[in-house]
Amino acid sequence: MQNDARFGLDKKTLLLGAVQLDSGVAFAPVEFAYETYGELNADKSNAILICHALTGDQYVASNHPVTGKTGWWTRMVGPGKPIDPARHCIISINVLGSCMGSSGPASIDSSTGAPFAMAFPVITIADMVRAQAVLLDYLGIQTLEAVVGGSMGGMQALSWAALYPDRVRSAVIIASTARHSAQNIAFHEVGRQAIMADPRWNNGAYYGHEAPAAGLSVARMAAHITYLSEAGLTEKFGRRLQNRDAKSFGFDADFQVESYLRYQGLSFVDRFDANSYLYITRAMDYFDLAEPHDGVLAKAFAGTKTRFCLISFDSDWLYPTAESRRIVHALNAAGAAASFVELSSPFGHDAFLLDAPEMNRIVDGFLRAGESR
Amino acid sequence: MTALRSDLAIIAREVRAHARILDVGCGDGLLMAALRDTKNVDARGMELNARDVATAVARGLSVVQGDADTDLADYPDGSFDYAILSQTLQTTKRPDLVLDHLVRIGRQAFVSFPNFAQWRMRLAHMFGGRMPVTEQLPHTWYDTPNIHHVTIDDFRSFLNERNIRIEGQWFLSGGKPRNERMANLLAEHAVFLLRRD
Repeated sequence: MQNDARFGLDKKTLLLGAVQLDSGVAFAPVEFAYETYGELNADKSNAILICHALTGDQYVASNHPVTGKTGWWTRMVGPGKPIDPARHCIISINVLGSCMGSSGPASIDSSTGAPFAMAFPVITIADMVRAQAVLLDYLGIQTLEAVVGGSMGGMQALSWAALYPDRVRSAVIIASTARHSAQNIAFHEVGRQAIMADPRWNNGAYYGHEAPAAGLSVARMAAHITYLSEAGLTEKFGRRLQNRDAKSFGFDADFQVESYLRYQGLSFVDRFDANSYLYITRAMDYFDLAEPHDGVLAKAFAGTKTRFCLISFDSDWLYPTAESRRIVHALNAAGAAASFVELSSPFGHDAFLLDAPEMNRIVDGFLRAGESR
Repeated sequence: MTALRSDLAIIAREVRAHARILDVGCGDGLLMAALRDTKNVDARGMELNARDVATAVARGLSVVQGDADTDLADYPDGSFDYAILSQTLQTTKRPDLVLDHLVRIGRQAFVSFPNFAQWRMRLAHMFGGRMPVTEQLPHTWYDTPNIHHVTIDDFRSFLNERNIRIEGQWFLSGGKPRNERMANLLAEHAVFLLRRD
């Protein structure tokens, strides 16, 4: 495996096989940007797929090429961590529709020689998963020891278990949901409207010109609030002023929290494509795993042999514990082997990306139990 | 392996090998782990306390954080060979409804509980004039999780009303088995194996 060029860091490949999208489009060819860590064992039974969140990418445990920052989940993935390259062959793939190398609206449409922009087909979470399955076929991996994801990554993990039950032995779903609520959709719509209201957006045809950075930045600011908790914001910023002793009686970033959000917005536009933001938020809003099953979530998991582990955080109001519990009830009704725990954290939805020793202990025990079966 | 509490040891001994079990109020999963390791059972658990759930899952057990009073409704009828409720009945808000679910979900159900009519309890009540605080029920009246105390005779008459059949019964005093005679007066703990008629 050492000399297999399909495995390693910063891989890219163009696969000709079409991905059949929920919209009816057969999308081909598909470009994949992905990374792998660790060796696939002889019987190919140690592959773990890590699914990333809305603005995440394949750089789970290696430095981001644009920001230079360390991987986004080094607390969970790495030597001595629950997901360990010494034990696992870890695969992470930039999702379809994103902008870090996999096919998305910024990619070149081979039929026109220009970027797709809004001609890129609307995709769903299931489409992302179907595309990942095509790449796993290419890698020669039939069965995953586990598929693991937080937030939108958790939606993919659930969809993997529902779409390909025979290919997934274990699924870890953290801070996630089986459907987008009206409130979830509403926040995303604010973000999309901010992007589309930016004149530079130009109906998506901005490639080669200035990007709609102002709109994307506002979208990120609105979304970022939903990733934190009120208590967390209060503790971090309170009503403290930013580099000043008194209010300016103007519209500068007087408050620390304003300055922080503006920074979050501005730094985001350097690494993310506005159209990808539109497409991926749409995919999340369309997500309702029960919908193809007459609204009965348990039917999505009927007869499943996959083991499930769900973790939620008590201060996460984006995908609150009730959503995880709804999944657990469905898994119980389906007779699935399910584990679930709500952990305590002051950090809201983002808790799954931060230090959470209890989360690591649970994931480690859950994965090891699957390996010893 | 840590020695099992005496009522759990009885349940562990009586459960058939390779059975499917649901342990409601499974704590950190000691009984489930013992049954998995010695009887090859397919064990699932439910527990209210997050720390206990985390420990159980880290042990490789399938345990969901949930409340016996609210989270049993989704399990299909007869989906387990045994549903187990050990030392949890007296802590539930509606023990009657929990028991209904238990004998619905499990083809058989094990229920164990401390007997509130044991003579030490009676003495404490009758002569001490105080709520009993004993080794088995070590809590004071204000901080006890045991909100529905029950006696062996109460339990039997409840089963009778609900047409729930007793298929096995075991009694304990000082952690040792004792016979059925005057159990309501003499036994500290009871373990019942039940089936819905």
